[in-house]
Amino acid sequence: MDKRIEVRLAGEGGQGMILAGIILAEAAAIYDGKQATQTQSYGPEARGGASRSEVVISDGEIDHPEVLAPDVVVALSQEAYKKFARTVKPGGLLIVDDERVEVAPDVAAVRVPVVRLSRETTGRAITANTIALGILVGLTGMVSRQAIEKAVAARAPKGTEEMNRKALEAGFAAAEQVKSAVT
Amino acid sequence: MTIKLMQGNEAIAQGAIAAGCRFYAGYPITPSTEVAEVMSRELPKVGGKFIQMEDEIASMAAIIGGRVGGLKSMTATSGPGFSLMQENLGYAAMAEIPCVIVNVQRLGPSTGQPTAASQGDVMQARWGTHGDHPIIALSPISVAQSFDLTVKAFNLSEKYRTPVILLTDEIIGHMREPIELPDFNSVEKFEQVVTESPETYKPYSNNGDVPPMAAFGRGYRYHITGLFHDEVGFPTQRLDEVEPWLERVNGKFERNADDILLYETDYQPGARTAVLSYGASARTARHAVKQMRARGEKVNLFTALTIWPFPETAVEALADSVERIIVPEMNLGQLALEVERMAGRRKVVRVNRANGEMVTPDMIIAAAEA
Repeated sequence: MDKRIEVRLAGEGGQGMILAGIILAEAAAIYDGKQATQTQSYGPEARGGASRSEVVISDGEIDHPEVLAPDVVVALSQEAYKKFARTVKPGGLLIVDDERVEVAPDVAAVRVPVVRLSRETTGRAITANTIALGILVGLTGMVSRQAIEKAVAARAPKGTEEMNRKALEAGFAAAEQVKSAVT
Repeated sequence: MTIKLMQGNEAIAQGAIAAGCRFYAGYPITPSTEVAEVMSRELPKVGGKFIQMEDEIASMAAIIGGRVGGLKSMTATSGPGFSLMQENLGYAAMAEIPCVIVNVQRLGPSTGQPTAASQGDVMQARWGTHGDHPIIALSPISVAQSFDLTVKAFNLSEKYRTPVILLTDEIIGHMREPIELPDFNSVEKFEQVVTESPETYKPYSNNGDVPPMAAFGRGYRYHITGLFHDEVGFPTQRLDEVEPWLERVNGKFERNADDILLYETDYQPGARTAVLSYGASARTARHAVKQMRARGEKVNLFTALTIWPFPETAVEALADSVERIIVPEMNLGQLALEVERMAGRRKVVRVNRANGEMVTPDMIIAAAEA
C-alpha cells in the first residue's frame, strides 16, 4: 500500500489551524502532485475551544479520508494538547507551543514557542500558523519546501506575502534548531 | 486545466453550472450551505438566477417553476429541509418536471446534529413522498465525483423527465480534495428537443418512454397538475388513461437500466466475501478491502453510485459470486435492506454507525473476521 501520512493540526479557534491544514493539503496536491484530503471539525468546539484540521497525504489514492492515527499532531493550546496529544501514533511526532502548553512528563514532544516566535518575526501572533507549517515541514519533509512556500504565498492575503514568507522561514529555522539539538 | 483543492459542496455547484443549471432556489442549511454560497456567486456570472426562498417548501416549488419556465434548476438542502421538500418532490415526479435536489445528509432525525455526518436519508430518498413514483438518487464518493455525478444528475433528469436526488453526505460535502475542473463547454449536456407543433403537442404522450417537455412561454399551452392526468395534462380518472401513464412512468427506468444504474466493481476470482458500500462509507470500504487484500485475502468490492433505482441485477450477481456481503453505512441499516432483498440465502453482514462519525476500516475488517 502507498505510504500515507496523517496530520492533525489543533489550536484555539482563530489561530488559523484550519487554514494551515488547507495550505498543507494544497502544497501536497497542487504543488507536489500528490494526493491529499483535508477535513475539519465543525460545531461548537470550533469556536474559541480546540479547533482541529486534519490532512492526509499520500503518493497514491487516499481511500478513508479522515485521520485514523496521526503521524504528526501540532497543538498550539493547552486544550488542543489535552484533547489530541495522546492520539499521535507510537513513534509519531508531537509539536507543541511550549509557552502555552504544559507537557506531561511521560509525553515526548518537540517544544517551540510558536506564538512568541511569530511575534518576534512579524510583530503579530496571527502568523503562528505559518510558523507551525515551517516547523512541521522542516522536521518531516512531508511536502517539499518549494511546495509549501508556493502554497503559503498563494493563500496569503494581499500585502501580507512578505510577512508570511518570513514566518515560514522562521519556522524552518526553528526546525533546524530542533534537529541540531537532537543530534 | 489546473488542479484545485475544493470541497465536495463547491464541486457540486461547479458541476451544476457546467451542466447548464441556470436557476437555483434554496434555503441555506448546514452542511449544504456551500452549494448555495457558490451558486449565489457564480450563477449571475453566466446569466443565471439565484434566489433565497423563505423555506424549503418554497424552494422546491420554485425550482419546479424554474424548470417549467425553461431553465435547468437545482436546490440543495439537508435532513430537515429535505423532509419539507417531500410534498413538492412528489409533484415533480407526477408532473414529470426535471430538477436536481442535493441532499447533504446530516445526523437525524429532526434537527439532529447539523455538522455530524450520516447516511440516514437513503430510504427517505426513495419513499419520502407518498405514492408509487419513480426517482433517481446518485451518491458520490469523492470531490471529483461530486462534480461528475451532478452533471449526470442533470442529464438523467432531462433525459427521463424526473427529479434526481444527489444524495451526498457531510463527509464528502465538506472535505477538500484535488479536482481538475474540465472546460465547461466540453461537458456533455442533455437538451430536450420538442419537434411537435403547439397544435399537436402532447406533454404527457404515452407513446414512448419520455415525451419531451416544452417550456412555458414559447407558444405551447398545456395543463400541469399533481392529479392523474391525460396526455394533454388535464385531470382524469379514466382507467384507460391512468394505466398507460402508470406503466410508462414507473417502467421507464427499468427499460433504460443500463443508462441509469451506475456502479463500480472490483472483483477477485475465488473471493468468498464482498464489501458493498456507497458515499463516504465506500471510501472506508476501499481502505478496508485494500488492507485485507494486502494480507492475502480475496475480497470483492462493489461501490453503488446509483442508489435508486437499486442496481438489483448487479447485486444479485455479486451475491451469487460470494458467501456473504458486508454492508458498511452511516445509519442503522438502510441500503442493507435492499442488499438482503437481492442476496437470497447469502449472508448480509451490516456494519453500522449512526452517531455522526464515519465507519472505520477496523469495523469492516472485524466484521470480515467474525
